Amino acid sequence: MGMGIEVRNRMASRAAKEIKAGMVVNLGIGIPSLVPNFLAPETEVLFHAENGVLGMGPSPSNGEEDAMLCNAGGFPVTVIPGASYFDSATAFAMIRGGYLDMTILGGLEVSEKGDLANWVIPGKRIPGIGGGMELAEKAKKVIVLMSHVNKHGEPKILQECTLPLTARGCVDLIITDMAVIEVSEKGLLLKEVMEPFTEKDVREMTGAKLLVREGGKK
Amino acid sequence: MEAKMEMQSKVTTLENALSFINDGCVLMFGGFGGVGNPPTLIKGILQKGTKSLTLIGNDAGFPEIGIGKIVSAERVSKLITTHIGSNPIAGKLMVEGKMEVEFCPQGILAERIRAGGAGLGGVLSDIGIGSMIEVGKQKVEMGGKTYLIEPALYADVAIVHAKKADYFGNLIYDKSARNTNPLVATAGKITIVEAEEIVAPGMLDPESIITPGIYVDMIVESEGVDWKWAWE
Repeated sequence: MGMGIEVRNRMASRAAKEIKAGMVVNLGIGIPSLVPNFLAPETEVLFHAENGVLGMGPSPSNGEEDAMLCNAGGFPVTVIPGASYFDSATAFAMIRGGYLDMTILGGLEVSEKGDLANWVIPGKRIPGIGGGMELAEKAKKVIVLMSHVNKHGEPKILQECTLPLTARGCVDLIITDMAVIEVSEKGLLLKEVMEPFTEKDVREMTGAKLLVREGGKK
Repeated sequence: MEAKMEMQSKVTTLENALSFINDGCVLMFGGFGGVGNPPTLIKGILQKGTKSLTLIGNDAGFPEIGIGKIVSAERVSKLITTHIGSNPIAGKLMVEGKMEVEFCPQGILAERIRAGGAGLGGVLSDIGIGSMIEVGKQKVEMGGKTYLIEPALYADVAIVHAKKADYFGNLIYDKSARNTNPLVATAGKITIVEAEEIVAPGMLDPESIITPGIYVDMIVESEGVDWKWAWE
């Protein structure tokens, strides 16, 4: 992604503001995994992992890792009081059954209709879909955390995605290093511009029309 | 198999268990990102030289972790899985045409395995319609919605990792190492369990048993994990 840790932390801290007490939340790998660091400690959230954990806590300290207690990315985690373990079919039954309030995922491209492409670049890397399709299609709210442009400096927010889709019309909110953009019924709504960028910068680097809410930010 | 009802011990040697895992067989494995893969059985398969396997399981592990070792050693002709991103050797073998890979959404793979073990022909799923997931699959309309028919998966041999087993094969698992193991345990013609600890029947609380012993054919004692984890 080429974004410094400061920028990634800022994006993660912005995403943390979307998480409300009582939510069941699944985090993707990469920047989404930084989000819990920015939650107020008293916020009661159940973090869900596809490999069968509900109620993940902070990362263990060095030497305290348990090889049999990992998140879906294979990294050691801890659990909070009230946590539970279950098999992978149950983990995904929760997702498809609509028990997940939010998922925060990475993205390669997002369209103005909220289509998400985040799993494959044809001819380059074919890692496989993992649990991404089910999360994107079935979580009640989908937030995408990604760099605003790709490594060639081209927009990743487009009228139509060019890469194979993970799911159609699934994205609710996009948080990038440049802006916070809501996917609304009328189109993409520019909600916030991140410093040091201007609205003009954001528009230039976005491949789709951006609406501004009346009385909203310039 | 009549012995099953007599609670005869299913504990056997690694050598005997491996005699059921042969070239060309369909081998299903429990585990997710290496966690919950059975290390002693994997080591045994590598040493025995078994090849041309059709592997079914969640992911391709890491190059030197878990089931990834079998993939890296080029013992697999076909892999039915959800993700190979953590094992670049798997990607290389796929691109070179040395290993066929069929991708399936993660929860749907779990359901296909569950269906296989539960005597169903498949499951109806609305995941991945319009993507490459639907290629080659039948569709049905039901209640005004379109579903893919995701066929059940079944294996010649299923290999499973458990924390504790009793002689009869009742199993309990270890935290997130449970993952796909209870599903995989049901979907093999022969199910072989590698257990960290083997106890007498009655030593496990029936309320706590996750996999009932009727699914298990053989139990071998684990020698423990023989790889270093990615985060170490």
